[in-house]
Amino acid sequence: MAQTLVQKIIAKAAGCATVNPGDMVTCGVDLLMLHDGSGPRRLLPQLKKLQAGLWDASKIVIITDHFTPPADQESAAMLKLTRDFVKDYGIENFHDMQGICHVVLPEFGYLKPGMFVCGGDSHSPTGGAFGCYMAGYGWTDVAGIAVTGETWTVVPQTIRINLSGRFAPCVSAKDIMLLLCRTLGMNNSFKVVEYGGEMIAGLSVQERMVLTNMATELGCETGMIAADEVMLGHIRDHGGVVDNDALAWSSDADAGYEAVHAIDVTALVPQVAAPHSPANSAPVVEYSGVDVDQCYIGACTGAKLEDLRMAAQILKGRRVSPKTRLLVAPASAITLKDAVADGTLQILTEAGAILLPTACGACAGLGAGVLAEGEVCISSTSRNFKGRMGHVESHVYLASPYTVAASALAGHVMDPRDIMAGTMGVGNEVLS
Amino acid sequence: MSRRAWVYGDDVNTDLLAPGYCLKLPIEEMAPHCLEAHDPNFAGNVRTGDVFVAGENLGLGSSREYAAAVLKYLGIRVILAKSFARIFYRNALNVGVPALFFPQAAEIKIGDDLDVDLIHGTIRNKTSGKNYSVKVIPPRLMEIIDSGGLIPHLEKQFARGK
Ligand code: SF4
Repeated sequence: MAQTLVQKIIAKAAGCATVNPGDMVTCGVDLLMLHDGSGPRRLLPQLKKLQAGLWDASKIVIITDHFTPPADQESAAMLKLTRDFVKDYGIENFHDMQGICHVVLPEFGYLKPGMFVCGGDSHSPTGGAFGCYMAGYGWTDVAGIAVTGETWTVVPQTIRINLSGRFAPCVSAKDIMLLLCRTLGMNNSFKVVEYGGEMIAGLSVQERMVLTNMATELGCETGMIAADEVMLGHIRDHGGVVDNDALAWSSDADAGYEAVHAIDVTALVPQVAAPHSPANSAPVVEYSGVDVDQCYIGACTGAKLEDLRMAAQILKGRRVSPKTRLLVAPASAITLKDAVADGTLQILTEAGAILLPTACGACAGLGAGVLAEGEVCISSTSRNFKGRMGHVESHVYLASPYTVAASALAGHVMDPRDIMAGTMGVGNEVLS
Repeated sequence: MSRRAWVYGDDVNTDLLAPGYCLKLPIEEMAPHCLEAHDPNFAGNVRTGDVFVAGENLGLGSSREYAAAVLKYLGIRVILAKSFARIFYRNALNVGVPALFFPQAAEIKIGDDLDVDLIHGTIRNKTSGKNYSVKVIPPRLMEIIDSGGLIPHLEKQFARGK
């Protein structure tokens, strides 16, 4: 019987030949990823209560990113607890302050096609860009997985998105996702979104990660992309070992999808989501001119090397407007190193960007860069719920790194295509 | 015991239920902030046994279990919604609060007196006199609820295994 990619992975994890959407099964977990916020501080008391140890320390990866570097004593205590836990429980896969978990995980080659992976974070679907099933879990589920190595799931239906065409200048995967948040809505719970089509083949792995990352905003259980040579090459380049039959991890041609949508990205224009929902998106012109106090390039969604390069394309030889501030928090230590090596970082800092630690930071209102009452921010992050990045009466617009960078030059929401087209002079000669 | 309904619309998200700026706090200190950006009356007035009723996609957003745990801490004993975000749904069951899919959630008014029968999947609105039937929680997940949540459920399993 024809199976979708998610059916194949769940069937393997559950030890069944095939599974059907709606089946409730128990899956063996290949890898469990935790961070400082959802990890040891929550897990430890539950392990003690259960008087249980870990099912397999070698299959657990712990990455600190939410409260790093600690800005107060509570955060410092949480991080110390995390480090002590790692020592006490013999966890070797520990990445302390090396960047945001969803970006660090593939940087170290942990993910490969066909795996069933659980993450203690809602943006765990990011891992789907590596041909695996990776979904997010709350901390009690995580505790259950940590001690038993298994979890229940209901086999989800798949929504297939076929992408074709080529991006126009200043358009990126983020714009696809802001469009989809509007058209598919954010209530696709217990379903999986699978991206395919000829355009995917030419899309870089980092851009694919934006598609799977924001599957979370669609409300999907996870986002998935079938294995291909681009993906396998990327995994090998990052020290991962892929199986010989890895390319088999894809949906069968006649697999049953719940829905199939086609998007030709050629006509796509930069999108902006207004407060307080990613679904509140529209072409950038709708919001052009809205004054912004802060421009934020950060998060697992929007601060990988390619994201920083997009911003650099816009900022090169220009200056951030004195009416706003541009904060850049590269997604990982490796991102930062690479951005230094290729000159991207210099372009950003010469334009006036303020560099923040490689961590979650202001994305979840935790670290440096939070907003005051009444402030407006345009951000390359994924979520703009009320109060998300600071004060409950602050306002967040979501956009691609291109659009955030363009807005930083203007001091208001700005179409990056206008900057590229040279309608804006060097310096602060802002057209208004 | 009071079973008053607290009724909200669609898309009540985890940042509203458990704001990011409270995530470092212990649950008793976070509880007063639950829903404060949405309904500042809720946290101070909800009583043990009350029912939380919401529209579509309840609990969308983060994986933070506080979003479900804080409702339990404040006294909510049943959650009814047209639909749930997956992680929130799992979190609710895992902390031992039954979550039921309730397509007619919009017919419930704030303060209605509700009788929810988990075994038979019936909801009686004693205020309006209307009765509803809803899908019961699958038996396998109901075992988790009956144990009081996943951790006590695992404790029982481990005890049996020993
Ligand atoms: S960067 Fe933001 S969205 Fe990504 S894991 Fe951190 S808090 Fe979550």
